[in-house]
Amino acid sequence: MEITVAEALVECLERENVEIIFGYPGGAVLPLYDALYHSTRIKHVLVRHEQGAVHAADGYARVTGRVGVCIGTSGPGATNLVTGIANAYMDSVPMVIFTGQVPTIQIGTDAFQEVDITGITLPITKHNYLLKDPAKLSMVIKNAFHIAATGRPGPVLIDIPKDVAQARISFKYPSTVKLRGYKPTYKGHPSKITEIAKLFGKAKRPVIYAGGGVIASNGSEELLKLAEAISAPVTNTFMGLAGFPGDHPLFLGMLGLHGTRYANLAITECDLLIGIGARFDDRVVMNINSFAPHATVIHIDIDPAEIGKVITTNVPLVGDVKLILKELLPLIEKVDRSEWLERIKSLKEQYPLSYNRDSSLKPQFIVEQLWNHTKGEAIIVTDVGQHQMWVAQYYHFKKPRTLVSSGGLGCMGFGLPAAVGAALGAPGRKVILVTGDGSIQMTIQELATMMEQCLSVKIILFNNSALGMVRQLQEYYCEGRHMATNFQFHPDFEMIARAYGIPAYTFRTEEDVVKGLPEVLDSPGPAFVNCIVPPGENVLPMVPAGRGINESVAC
Amino acid sequence: MEKHTLSVLVENSPGVLTRVAGLFARRGFNIDSLAVGRTDRADVSRMTIVVEGDKPLIEQVTKQLHKLIDVIKISNITEDEYVDRELVMIKVTAEPGQRVEILHIAGIFRARAVDLGSKTMTFECTGTGGKINAFEESLRPYGIKELVRTGKIAMLRGSKFVALSPAQARDAESA
Ligand SMILES: Cc1ncc(C[n+]2csc(CCOP(=O)(O)OP(=O)(O)O)c2C)c(N)n1
Repeated sequence: MEITVAEALVECLERENVEIIFGYPGGAVLPLYDALYHSTRIKHVLVRHEQGAVHAADGYARVTGRVGVCIGTSGPGATNLVTGIANAYMDSVPMVIFTGQVPTIQIGTDAFQEVDITGITLPITKHNYLLKDPAKLSMVIKNAFHIAATGRPGPVLIDIPKDVAQARISFKYPSTVKLRGYKPTYKGHPSKITEIAKLFGKAKRPVIYAGGGVIASNGSEELLKLAEAISAPVTNTFMGLAGFPGDHPLFLGMLGLHGTRYANLAITECDLLIGIGARFDDRVVMNINSFAPHATVIHIDIDPAEIGKVITTNVPLVGDVKLILKELLPLIEKVDRSEWLERIKSLKEQYPLSYNRDSSLKPQFIVEQLWNHTKGEAIIVTDVGQHQMWVAQYYHFKKPRTLVSSGGLGCMGFGLPAAVGAALGAPGRKVILVTGDGSIQMTIQELATMMEQCLSVKIILFNNSALGMVRQLQEYYCEGRHMATNFQFHPDFEMIARAYGIPAYTFRTEEDVVKGLPEVLDSPGPAFVNCIVPPGENVLPMVPAGRGINESVAC
Repeated sequence: MEKHTLSVLVENSPGVLTRVAGLFARRGFNIDSLAVGRTDRADVSRMTIVVEGDKPLIEQVTKQLHKLIDVIKISNITEDEYVDRELVMIKVTAEPGQRVEILHIAGIFRARAVDLGSKTMTFECTGTGGKINAFEESLRPYGIKELVRTGKIAMLRGSKFVALSPAQARDAESA
């Protein structure tokens, strides 16, 4: 039977078990929306800006581990998606993005709402397609989902001209993909695995440095087993947080620019560094010459291009983290490392995370209270800035996929739409958005989406009347000249929230938080908490620019 | 810094050249030369890419290229025995009185005259980059009007070859 490409597309999505699409309609996607109208299995979530759609698909993908799907129209619809695509690419989030395109015959003529979105997104997609041949639709979709979800995950964009969407085809969904240029390596090389096991035996001061790859491969359990088996302390990258239990005695917290001093010093002192699903990002490594100077470096990653990109590795191992750790575990011999663990313990005692409490409401205090009330059971979504770093430092994540945040791109405005996606992906779970007064104003329109979808997101706004993180940079690097970082106008966030029908509160003191937070978190329905925090608070510790990881300054 | 010659098999799909060239540009890799054309199969093209850089850089280039879905196979043939050729066409000023002399030079380089104007001669010459440079220098004194040169193409010597594996040959991706 012949159906239209648009109808076939919906059929393909159903075959891929897509349950939800985030999108925004327009002329070029009219046929696709008309086909979606008839789908009983796929829920469409109408956002208020395309950036919201792509971030929501991202949040959904991060909490579920499934492929997030979003759709936008041609031209401005497509360009509004770009930031979110870059975000998903940087954080290796599996996603399939559909864009409408002007009819084939008009491509290249600067037609109304025409942009070359495959050209624009070339550097920020794992792959992309401009579908010109209607007959290839199902194969392209099959490939796209496969590419997005396997190997090192990432976003794949499919651009569909309007006339192609309207063309009629006889539909058949392929059962296998044929991609001769794409064959990710999953199984680790056996000889390397035995070599690594031997290195574990020899090392006196090993440290595991684990990134987002652990979460992407669902390898958190194996990581925990490995750490315990070799008695090695574990530090997480920002993307790796929640991949190792935050309250575990072997946990060192986050490392790097705003990492704990004990994590950074453990890296400096270690004789074996085991990098797992991490990419030696500049925010982690800081000055390359003083990063793990005494260590033999093992690097396990699914992306061969990450190995040797930043630092020279002694033992590279390409493959899936979970599979590799599973093969490693039986080869491990127990070694007594009490001396090293004693050293770690004393580092932790000597350089604890701390902040100065005074009569004001400190953001760190709020994060501690969030932890106290949720004990790591909630899904924490953040925006970008100081508040994000305080969450990373003071919230002890327990289970994978409970932190949803923009790491690689550091994209303000991610939080609210990502929280919408996370809440839809994890019904029944508590979703808390920690955001800043700068970030939330970038995508605040998604409060409407949140309410339309009846989502009980708890929004905790750290209102410091400033672009805190940049203000902090100016403190350190511009001799305190605060150019364009202190807001001169402050909207009444409580009133904004109420305008959307969201119960709203303002907390000004520790007492307000202690008294009010439990009720906010435990009551059903959404809430918006405007926390008035001091503008001058800095994220510490911090490694000054150009310095080594061992040179962080604290308060 | 050494020059490396990569023989790369890619899907003959629209945009594949942009993908490869874009990758080099955004990662800051320098392309010395790039030649692209169809292979014996309509669905596969070959790119011969010459890149300058040290070992770690070439390793990064190779790995990043591999991440492109449309790249099927990459062989760094630099260390192998191979035959390589470039093609140049040079239009040179040639007054009637100079023609014999110029033809003599062309003979030395086994270049062929392919066109004749009232005041110009056009030659084609194939060979390694070095030979073509020498030919160009020899004609320079007469006045070069125009020069068109291809990138290098290369092929392994003997019975070795850079081709699709049987499985890759079967899995024609037609997207
Ligand atoms: C889209 C975007 N623009 C600019 C920046 C640069 N930037 C990083 S943090 C920050 C301030 C964030 O302010 P806010 O959301 O209020 O959080 P705070 O740092 O105050 O906690 C800015 C402007 C960014 N990361 N993203």
